[in-house]
Amino acid sequence: MKTEALSTDPFPAKTVATRWKEHLGRHIDWCTLGFCIMGGLLVGITVLALANIATTELADPAHLLKVAASSQVIESILLTFGAGASAVLLLILFGTPLAYVLARSRPSRLKGAVESIVDIPLILPHTVAGLLVYLLFMRRGWLGAPLSEIGLAFEDALPGTIVAMLFVASPFYVNTMREGFEKVPVHLENVARTLGAGTFTTFRTVTLPLSLRHMYSGAILAWGRAIGEFAGVIMIAYYPFIISTLIYYSFTTDGIHTSRSIAFTVILVSFGVFYLLRRMTRYLGRYDDRV
Amino acid sequence: MTVIEAHNIRKSYGSLEVLHDVDLSVEEGEILALIGPSGSGKSTLLRLLDLIEPANAGELSVFGVDTVADHGTWLDLRRRMGMLFQRPIVFNSSVYDNVAMGLRYRRAPGDNIDRKVKEALEAVGLSRYIKSRAIDLSGGEQQRVALSRVLVTDPEILFLDEPTANLDPTSTATIEAIVTRLNREADMTVLISTHDLAQGQRLADRVGVMIEGTIAQTGPSREIFREPKNQQIARFVGVQNIIPARVVSRRGDFTVVEAREKEILSATPPPADEVKMVIRGEDISLHRRKPGYEEAENLFPATVTAIEPTAPFVNVTVRCGCDLVALVTARRAEALGLHEGMEVWVSLQAKAVHLIPRKGA
Repeated sequence: MKTEALSTDPFPAKTVATRWKEHLGRHIDWCTLGFCIMGGLLVGITVLALANIATTELADPAHLLKVAASSQVIESILLTFGAGASAVLLLILFGTPLAYVLARSRPSRLKGAVESIVDIPLILPHTVAGLLVYLLFMRRGWLGAPLSEIGLAFEDALPGTIVAMLFVASPFYVNTMREGFEKVPVHLENVARTLGAGTFTTFRTVTLPLSLRHMYSGAILAWGRAIGEFAGVIMIAYYPFIISTLIYYSFTTDGIHTSRSIAFTVILVSFGVFYLLRRMTRYLGRYDDRV
Repeated sequence: MTVIEAHNIRKSYGSLEVLHDVDLSVEEGEILALIGPSGSGKSTLLRLLDLIEPANAGELSVFGVDTVADHGTWLDLRRRMGMLFQRPIVFNSSVYDNVAMGLRYRRAPGDNIDRKVKEALEAVGLSRYIKSRAIDLSGGEQQRVALSRVLVTDPEILFLDEPTANLDPTSTATIEAIVTRLNREADMTVLISTHDLAQGQRLADRVGVMIEGTIAQTGPSREIFREPKNQQIARFVGVQNIIPARVVSRRGDFTVVEAREKEILSATPPPADEVKMVIRGEDISLHRRKPGYEEAENLFPATVTAIEPTAPFVNVTVRCGCDLVALVTARRAEALGLHEGMEVWVSLQAKAVHLIPRKGA
């Protein structure tokens, strides 16, 4: 019936307008539309930047392949990812207990102070963070001196890279993990304890399984932050080259051509890895509870 | 044997004092009901007694072990007790795994776990759900899973924290039946907190009334309901008549009190000169004309001033100098042909008139 009415319409232009209207739904919400356009501009910048580098790089695949396959680039990528992963493992080991204590303690001045200390790396400029790490872990630093005596050197060495990454990535992991622990009701822990579980058994069998998703996303966030660090790392460990340092180095010596190819390689690898990690969350045990 | 002995227990969260001056002792094999309004500290007290949380001050011994001095034994002591919470809480795994939790924490051998879990599920009537996911069950079924999860560990003391507050009557009856049976057969000590007065009376050998963070009175339920110690307790246990009066004399074994020029006999020795009469509505009988024979000590005419139906009963207010509220069954009210302004005779046993001192009020 409706199509009949439309076909008899003397103004075809109106027909198009009506169809559009039907397509969009009866009512256009101008607020949502405005928000979409504004948000689109932001996303557009990222898309444009990626498109820009992709078109130039894909125009010369031979050069891209040569750079991507060079042992220096591969080693550097592996080193960066590996150092980041080591930092995350250390965070899981030491940050998880801290997050649990923060999640379960009552508000107090001490708790507030500890929370602020955890957040310090977030608000500091990265160069400042790098300098802090350098001063503490350099050969004459408070921690660097005794540790170098037992053979653990930080300056221009892998441990330095890891320590710097650990420092800048820690708030991301600790805060996410704490949120996860806060979401586990104390009630559930109490049930486990009335059933005869000790404090640690309760944590291991109830609290931790329920927070695994938060642990996972906290670890990914922290890892992403760690492998992206540049200023924080170069202060203490210019060598071995992590990927950011390598790109900066080749930008200043070989010029834009090579550094752009390395950058594009890193983009591809990072995308791939993070996509896989995100996909894996769906296989992560869901242990939700009715509360 | 006394299994729980608590003295001067105090507990506060930040500046909020939840419990103070709590004294309680629990004998082996008894069922003790803690009744009290919401927020009176019943749940907190149960958590303290089950050693999930420490008290801020006070003495607490469980199974004869001083828990304040000996923190190291808490887990062992806790493993001899069990607790069922108000909200049915099950973990997102199979019913079997849920029920097996307590035994796994105790590192029981596998075949032992298997046998006990099956027995416990049999007892609560959920054998057919053994492989189901626990969170797919209904609230009542989940609570029964939770109960069997506690029972597989053979607790010597069972704490029930308003266990049937959210349940339908059938699940409630099942849980009550299991608890009473275990108490009788296995001599399990049971502490149940409830705001359901009828449930407290039904199950318990002894009742403790908690008001504003402390145990105001403990005793057999008859005593709590008929002879509350003060006005707050009387209000909570549902006494309709709390009437200020004055002691005028003693007559034989009875105390004569006067309220608005009406003399009433009470069997309670006078606790003070200024008192309050505590009379349960169901103890007041109404008659159409003066009964020929009546064993009640108080017998007087009165006028019906208000009639208010409340489910199976009718609250009838009569004036006889002071106002009294009588509780009669709907059928009896009909038989008496009650209506406002009607003249009736009131009979009331002296034993039913309990006196408490009037403190400042």
